[in-house]
Amino acid sequence: MSVLGELFTDYTLRTVALGSAALGLVAGMLGAFAVLRRQSLLGDAVSHAALPGIVLAFMITGAKTPIILVLGAALAGWIAALLVMLVVRTTRIKTDTALGLVLSTFFGLGLVLLSLVQRSGGAGQAGLDRFLFGQAATLVGDDLVTMGALGAVVLASLALLWKEFKLLSFDPAFAGAMGLPVRALDIILTSLLVIAIVIGLQTVGVVLMSAMIVAPAAAARQWTDRLGRLVLLAGLFGAVSGLVGAVISSMVPRLPTGPTIILVVTTITVLSLLVAPERGLLAAWLRRVRQRRQVEIDSVLADLYRLAAQHDDPTSAPHEVAVLQTMRAAAGVRNSLRALADEGLAVADPDGRWRLTVEGAQRGRERVEGTT
Amino acid sequence: MSVPQIEILAIAMITAAGCALVGVFLMLRRLAMLADAISHAILPGIVVAFFLTEDLASPWLVIAAAATGVLTVALVELLSRTRRLKEDAAMGLVFPAMFSIGIVLITRYAGNVHLDVDAVLLGELAFAPFDRFEPGGHDLGPRHLWLMGTITLINLALVMLFFKELKLATFDPGLAASLGLAPVVIHYGLMTMVSVTAVGAFDAVGLVLVVALMVGPPAAAYLLTDRLSVLLGLSVLLGALSAALGFGLAIWLDASIAGCIAVGVGVVFLVVFLAAPGRGLVAELRRRKSQRWEFAQVMLAIHLLQHEGTPAEAEESRVDHLHGKEVGWTAEFTRRVVAGAVRRGLVERDAERLHLTELGRVEAGRALSGTAT
Amino acid sequence: MSIDDKAPAVRVTDLTVAYRHRPVLWDIDLDVPAGKLMAIMGPNGAGKTTLIKAILGLVPAAAGRVEIHGKSYVENRHLVGYVPQRGSVDWDFPTTVLDVVMMGRYGALGWIKRPGKREREQAVVALEKVGMADFQGRQISQLSGGQQQRVFLARALVQDAQVYFMDEPFQGVDARTELAIVDLLKELREQGRTVVVVHHDLQTVQDYFDWIMLLNVRRIASGSVSEKFTEDNLRLAYGGRVDFLQRKAPADPGPDETGDMRGYGRIRP
Repeated sequence: MSVLGELFTDYTLRTVALGSAALGLVAGMLGAFAVLRRQSLLGDAVSHAALPGIVLAFMITGAKTPIILVLGAALAGWIAALLVMLVVRTTRIKTDTALGLVLSTFFGLGLVLLSLVQRSGGAGQAGLDRFLFGQAATLVGDDLVTMGALGAVVLASLALLWKEFKLLSFDPAFAGAMGLPVRALDIILTSLLVIAIVIGLQTVGVVLMSAMIVAPAAAARQWTDRLGRLVLLAGLFGAVSGLVGAVISSMVPRLPTGPTIILVVTTITVLSLLVAPERGLLAAWLRRVRQRRQVEIDSVLADLYRLAAQHDDPTSAPHEVAVLQTMRAAAGVRNSLRALADEGLAVADPDGRWRLTVEGAQRGRERVEGTT
Repeated sequence: MSVPQIEILAIAMITAAGCALVGVFLMLRRLAMLADAISHAILPGIVVAFFLTEDLASPWLVIAAAATGVLTVALVELLSRTRRLKEDAAMGLVFPAMFSIGIVLITRYAGNVHLDVDAVLLGELAFAPFDRFEPGGHDLGPRHLWLMGTITLINLALVMLFFKELKLATFDPGLAASLGLAPVVIHYGLMTMVSVTAVGAFDAVGLVLVVALMVGPPAAAYLLTDRLSVLLGLSVLLGALSAALGFGLAIWLDASIAGCIAVGVGVVFLVVFLAAPGRGLVAELRRRKSQRWEFAQVMLAIHLLQHEGTPAEAEESRVDHLHGKEVGWTAEFTRRVVAGAVRRGLVERDAERLHLTELGRVEAGRALSGTAT
Repeated sequence: MSIDDKAPAVRVTDLTVAYRHRPVLWDIDLDVPAGKLMAIMGPNGAGKTTLIKAILGLVPAAAGRVEIHGKSYVENRHLVGYVPQRGSVDWDFPTTVLDVVMMGRYGALGWIKRPGKREREQAVVALEKVGMADFQGRQISQLSGGQQQRVFLARALVQDAQVYFMDEPFQGVDARTELAIVDLLKELREQGRTVVVVHHDLQTVQDYFDWIMLLNVRRIASGSVSEKFTEDNLRLAYGGRVDFLQRKAPADPGPDETGDMRGYGRIRP
């Protein structure tokens, strides 16, 4: 309760929580498209590559104004994405190698520039470090305004071009045949992704930002089969992770924000993978167990019928459990019999022998004659 | 150069060589981003081992990191095998989580032990010469040189020993399996090598930049050769060159050594990318330009051949037909293509009409038959 | 919507397509009269899919021009419907059958506007035509291959096009779906529409189609099936596999082979 109270009264905590939630929302929604288009790792490259842009923007302008740093980051991220495309298009080098190469050399360049700024003792240098692993505590009102404005632009574009982006992601060839400018749409969607990444850098940091792109979408995918709900849910998961992560890290001393947010979002994803109703692994496992059980029960019923069918009245012929067990290699004959009794298909005589009910005999016949 | 500087240079170059050896196979198996994932994900392994041993150069770090790396690969595979996630998403999920655990462990519990976050993540090669390997009081040089030298030698030995197995498992896993070469074992063996190399290398370039040394030099070498053995050798050379270049840059700028080495990798790749004979950008553009003309000339010849002896021949062989709306060439382009084709002796021009020469007929026929299979 | 009746439905002139300077299609000329069902046939790597994609402007052409009903492709794009290869999309994409079919209306809808009730109704009608009306709310990953293909066809139907291009619609579908598709194609033809199909089964060409193009990087032959679907042309298109082709060459049906030739039909392995 006190945390909730502080959320409303404590300016810093409120700023941090709002900022982290906003970043999670935007990254989650755009990430859904990135994951569907198999660009999960592009997010990693773009976020690493943003570092030199940030430092260079600072070195050139000498200002720490959020919008300038963000512009620098976006520009560098963009150039990196283009370079990856150029290398892949013109040489035999594959996408994964190009991504790794561009990511690491841009990040290296960022470190070089950062060390130069630190050596020259620029007044604002301390503030640039936070882009490595993120430091939500340094968020101020100005940052929120920038994040909010950029986020609004991203989400508005997403809403306006919704059906175009959907078609582009599902079937670009069909979109092209229809006359949609596929290349331009691709560039717009990738640009929106770059902006979404850049919004999060100050809070989560360049090294971990890619997880904010991938994880919310991966979690949301387990809960729904509709693109619209997927995107909204990914935004929600992202926002919740940002909020919860930021609050936890502000309450526990020496707990860095970025990694905490990532661990929260990872937890949500793992839980989703396990417990989601349709696609969840637990649900799938239960389905399998239930199926296997049903097969066992059915076969015991069939065995009982085969034995009973040798008598004139199949319902009046009780049989030993042991006989049934010799017909079934698998264990669990007794359990199956009990399940049959629950369904009213078989009854146990007082001496422990089993026989079919009228309904059971009929079902058994269907089963045996249907399978042979 | 002072002795410590020479020692740093030696460590950097040997690290680059070791990374390049495993990097070649990662690249060829399209697993380059797995190098990025592994190098991030082994952080918690390193941290825990360090807490226990309080020694950054302890062999336990290598063992712990190798175990964590293999665990990471297994986790990614497990996740993508559930078919709930695509493989790239699985990778993008696992390694930031592992890395986050590492960072949290460091910042929460490293207060009383000395583990510099920046040193692990971003490399602190400048201090490497102060950490000496002194068995029995004899100074045998920097400890990191021995550590990384050993890892590089092991990599080299493994690559030489299992050269044909690695080669086959990389190019044709199915055939390798049918020959009893157990591609899964080779895969996890390679991943273990990657993890071990990454932990050895983080001192030189930091965990975040190991991927530069693993991916960059092989990528550059790949533009220079087709043969696996040459590719390995060139990658090692280019890696060492990048490291030397980067170190020089670091001294000149007095900037982060790790960052400069990554930049060095980028520069070496860029030069190769632009200037590589045959596969570089310049060569490619030049070839595209000349091929465009040659291609257009042959196209013209084929066009004439297709219509030779048909009722439409008179119309189809007119020069202005070519830059009419059917073919869609511009007048200027057409003029230059026709001029080129005449010069090459493929066609003869008779006022506004074009005729194939015997050579033109042969060339067109060859182009058609050469592509018809 | 005024359509030039005299011009052919599809006219391709001097179309050349190269991939990294390796020619994939050489100097293709092709006229498809309106109201025909045409099969494009040829061996693997002959450029069949590339031809369709080049006509639709999806791969750049080195030279050549495409006209649809007398006007350039770009001008008359709204007359064209497209069924890509089933395997070209991710069927695990989070969307429903109805949603996929409605995508066929996106082009006509124009920018920003969302599909509404009318589009939904059109989609339902198209789904009924392909016998998939009961599946409209189904997630697309739960469909069989044949059902996926029907959904793609329904999507093309809502495009309400004059000329359809279909890339291997019979690939990997069950016999019932194949018959349903054939009925649909014939219905489209009766309505005066033109359908161009990449096809593999030599056995069914004469039953399904009335027009054919044999392709192997260049055009081998095109025209009516009765005239152009000959042993000589097949030999030219498919090259060495002549023995195999002779079994069903329509020019000289051997006395013993007029009976059951099913099973020899598919050229593609």
